[in-house]
Amino acid sequence: MSDPITRPGVAAPRDGADPTGTSERPASATERGIGRLGDRKKARLDELARASADKGGVSLVRDAFRRLRRNPVAMFGAAIVAVFVLVAIFAPLLAPHDPAQRFDELTKNLTVDSIPGASSDFPLGSDPLGRDFLSRLIYGSRQTLFVGVFATLIGLALGALIGAVAGAFGGWVDNILMRLTDVMLALPALLLAISLVAMASRSSQWTVILAVAIVNVPIFARLLRGSMLAQRESDHVLAARALGVKQRSIVLRHMLPNAMTAVIVQATLTLSTAILEAASLSFLGLGDPDINRAEWGLMLGVDGVRYFEVRPELAYYPALAIIVVALGFTLLGEGMRDAIDPKNRR
Amino acid sequence: MTERTGPLVELRDVKVHFPIKSGVFIDRTVGYVYAVDGVSLSINKGETYGLVGESGCGKSTLGRGLLRLVEPTAGEIVFDGTDIRSLKGESMRRARRRMQMIFQDPLSSLDPRQSVESLLVEGLKAHGLAGDKAATTKKLREALAAVGLPASALSKYPHEFSGGQRQRIGIARALVLDPDLIVADEPVSALDVSIQAQVLNLLEDLQNERGLTYLIIAHDLAVVRHIADTVGVMYLGGLVEEASSDDLYREPMHPYTKALMSAVPVPDPVVEDRRERILLAGDLPSPTNPPAGCRFHTRCPWAQPTRCAEERPALREVLSGHRVACHYAEDIAAGRIRPHEVEPELVRPDEGAAPGDPGELIPTL
Amino acid sequence: MSLLDVRDLSVVFQRRGEQSFTAVDKVSFSVEPGQTVGLVGESGCGKSVTSLAIMGLLPRRGNKVTGGVLFDGTDLLQLRPNDMRDRRGRDIGMIFQDPLSSLNPVVPIGVQVAEVLERHRGMDRKAALKEARELLDAVGIPDPNRRLKEYPHQISGGMRQRALIAIALACKPRLLIADEPTTALDVTIQAQILTLLKQLVDETGTALIMITHDLGVVAGLCDTVNVLYGGKVVERAARHELFARPRHPYTHGLLNSVPRLDSPRGEPLHAIRGSVADNIPWAEGCAFAPRCNNVVDACLEGTPPLESTATGGDLRCNNPVSEEVAVP
Repeated sequence: MSDPITRPGVAAPRDGADPTGTSERPASATERGIGRLGDRKKARLDELARASADKGGVSLVRDAFRRLRRNPVAMFGAAIVAVFVLVAIFAPLLAPHDPAQRFDELTKNLTVDSIPGASSDFPLGSDPLGRDFLSRLIYGSRQTLFVGVFATLIGLALGALIGAVAGAFGGWVDNILMRLTDVMLALPALLLAISLVAMASRSSQWTVILAVAIVNVPIFARLLRGSMLAQRESDHVLAARALGVKQRSIVLRHMLPNAMTAVIVQATLTLSTAILEAASLSFLGLGDPDINRAEWGLMLGVDGVRYFEVRPELAYYPALAIIVVALGFTLLGEGMRDAIDPKNRR
Repeated sequence: MTERTGPLVELRDVKVHFPIKSGVFIDRTVGYVYAVDGVSLSINKGETYGLVGESGCGKSTLGRGLLRLVEPTAGEIVFDGTDIRSLKGESMRRARRRMQMIFQDPLSSLDPRQSVESLLVEGLKAHGLAGDKAATTKKLREALAAVGLPASALSKYPHEFSGGQRQRIGIARALVLDPDLIVADEPVSALDVSIQAQVLNLLEDLQNERGLTYLIIAHDLAVVRHIADTVGVMYLGGLVEEASSDDLYREPMHPYTKALMSAVPVPDPVVEDRRERILLAGDLPSPTNPPAGCRFHTRCPWAQPTRCAEERPALREVLSGHRVACHYAEDIAAGRIRPHEVEPELVRPDEGAAPGDPGELIPTL
Repeated sequence: MSLLDVRDLSVVFQRRGEQSFTAVDKVSFSVEPGQTVGLVGESGCGKSVTSLAIMGLLPRRGNKVTGGVLFDGTDLLQLRPNDMRDRRGRDIGMIFQDPLSSLNPVVPIGVQVAEVLERHRGMDRKAALKEARELLDAVGIPDPNRRLKEYPHQISGGMRQRALIAIALACKPRLLIADEPTTALDVTIQAQILTLLKQLVDETGTALIMITHDLGVVAGLCDTVNVLYGGKVVERAARHELFARPRHPYTHGLLNSVPRLDSPRGEPLHAIRGSVADNIPWAEGCAFAPRCNNVVDACLEGTPPLESTATGGDLRCNNPVSEEVAVP
């Protein structure tokens, strides 16, 4: 048996002793044979060396992105996320009806122990108030995306700020900030979120967003601070100091960008937990009080649970939607983490 | 070789002690790691000074202390007539242009997110030398050419190069600033054997062309002997012997140097079969709690009952240009003292700071 | 019959979505009882993969191992995983580069040695601990009684490597494979460990495969040396022969490029150009050709076969360094 010896590095199609190659140039009898072939290969070797030398560089991010694209699991996650985002954006076009409108043909069939099921006009039937269930489900994606993205962004911004300050200054600043985040981390996430929502005088969707964001602040802060400290001790930061680079540009150009990679991956993973946490709050009745607004957690928690005996689909569909979307973000985040990890680079 | 004039760098009794801290809220100093404990040496212009020693002997810390990448605890560092330790903030940062560093691990010392161009240009910018674009690009190309890399490397990223090429980038980064002194900390030990020679040759060529002064820090005695004019041997934070490379090899006088030399394997079976090994008993004692007296006396096959355990020997000139820190250097050389068995003493790794751990880096900008 | 006979051992890494990569390509060598055989090469030459393949320690997924590894007549590659596990430790011991990560951090040293004895030699805990004490003593660990109860992080790197050797030797294996056993250690500690290994080979008659990148380590220890490049054996010779008259341009170049403690100063080193990553982009051809000073056209056409030399070694080269050219 003979396996082709291919090594990482220059990859090129195999160039055997094919007759077409020799016929490209006028072949005289003396030129033929091993020596001739050797010359040709040598020429190709030089050509390849030149080609690889002229090629522009591939940055770390592009390299990671390339690896991400080769990871089918991550791509599956990305596909879920893409579909979810598209549905949220084009919800008005996709939804057959207005999610807040109560339809007479549905309400008239509504009784305590019967909720109208699927019909040609309403593919998933009615909700307990006689509204189109499918439309509410589609519009619910908007609400979920909105809450998830804002909660994550606010959490990321606050956490990154705290982490960066702690990591850049170190010493007692670091000590105080980190003890504060420790206190926040010590409280169970959901309990903290519930207390924060309960503290608000009037709950709106922003109280949910803020509560979920604040729950995530210490996670981001710790993460960024940890990787900033690791960067501080790293050789390339020491090298920059040896070069005489100013402290400010060391922090901004070397420490922060390198430390942020881990945080951005975490943010993708946090999107899924933020969606789950927001849904949990709605489920517990601490969410948005506006009953007309479609929200998956609310649909699951209020209608789904109350009418589970009557029409379990009311619980199944929102639950499935939450699980699939959270899974999508998790798979994508894990894939990103693997792609960025330098150990996987080859 | 360039002509040699007076010393470019002088270290006088330099000490670097790292505090060992413990405590939950308020850090309390519970002890010190005596990483560098009183080293004096001078490096002449255009010369290569090689610093050898095993891990934990403080050689890397000394190199970083010299550049004030870690803050020395005591002592004087005179670079071209100025006491570096007296420089503050901005003037220290400016002074860094003239003394550059090459690191052991070429990958970790290059910021992975920056292209070679931005890596090289960074030093120029920091010192206001990156004026107009054309001149800067020319400078970068020259630096790359000097280390044997094509100009096309500028747009690439560190991870796209092999180990040897990365080390060349690290050298180019130091060269761009046109320094006088280069401190190279284990410049070849992370490289493949066949690549080491390329980098060592490059360092020598650059010195000949530009009259650079080197402080080369390495654990490999053969590498140091090859490249250095003067060699200093360190053991547990102190210099135990210093001589010209040839003298040191011909006649190592300190017992530790003798043992170190006999331990280096030579790729020649004829030599290997004949040579006698001085095997040291036990391990390097902890730098947090170095032995009293001569630091080496716990492992020294020539240790004597008097003086060795009580009095720390000073580095003194035993032969011309050959300094040794041993009370009995002459007696050992003359064969009046014979080596004896040494009972290995147990050494425990430290709980907190591991030997060789540079400890917390104190920003000195 | 040889104790170990490796025949045409090949290891191909096959990862999903990537080109397969031949890490070890038809490597053959044999080890006689009591003999020390060196596998020398730089990173990526396949020396460690070879040892892992012999020990059956390569993950089954993603790797294709072919050829034969005959230990005392049995092909280890054909053994079932359970039988192979029995062989490891009992017949073949292994020492790794990093002693800290190869020892279990939460189990005392003595128990780690004793466990091997219990498993492979059916001893009870008490007898095993007694034997473990003697083993620690034999590998030169001071005060072995107390060391028995200590954990790996409480002893130094050199002592950990000694403890690892004690574990490898626990069942008096007939073959010991040492993969860069001294690379992580200081020179003076390296000298201690090498002396210990040499002593053990002399006293117990165990055969030793020494895997290293350091030619100096090989020079003092090995009877036969295999030089690997690009997954293939490029030169094999007896110790003295190899160092006195290296025939393969790679071996020759390697010996010329390392600075020696006893060579005169001031001359530039004869470096090998390029790096291990340089290779020709087609399957045939000598892997060293892009870096070789002696390259001829035939080198780019196909890999030369491994042929016996007049001096009893083997050589894979079209245009070897002439025997007269000695190492300076």
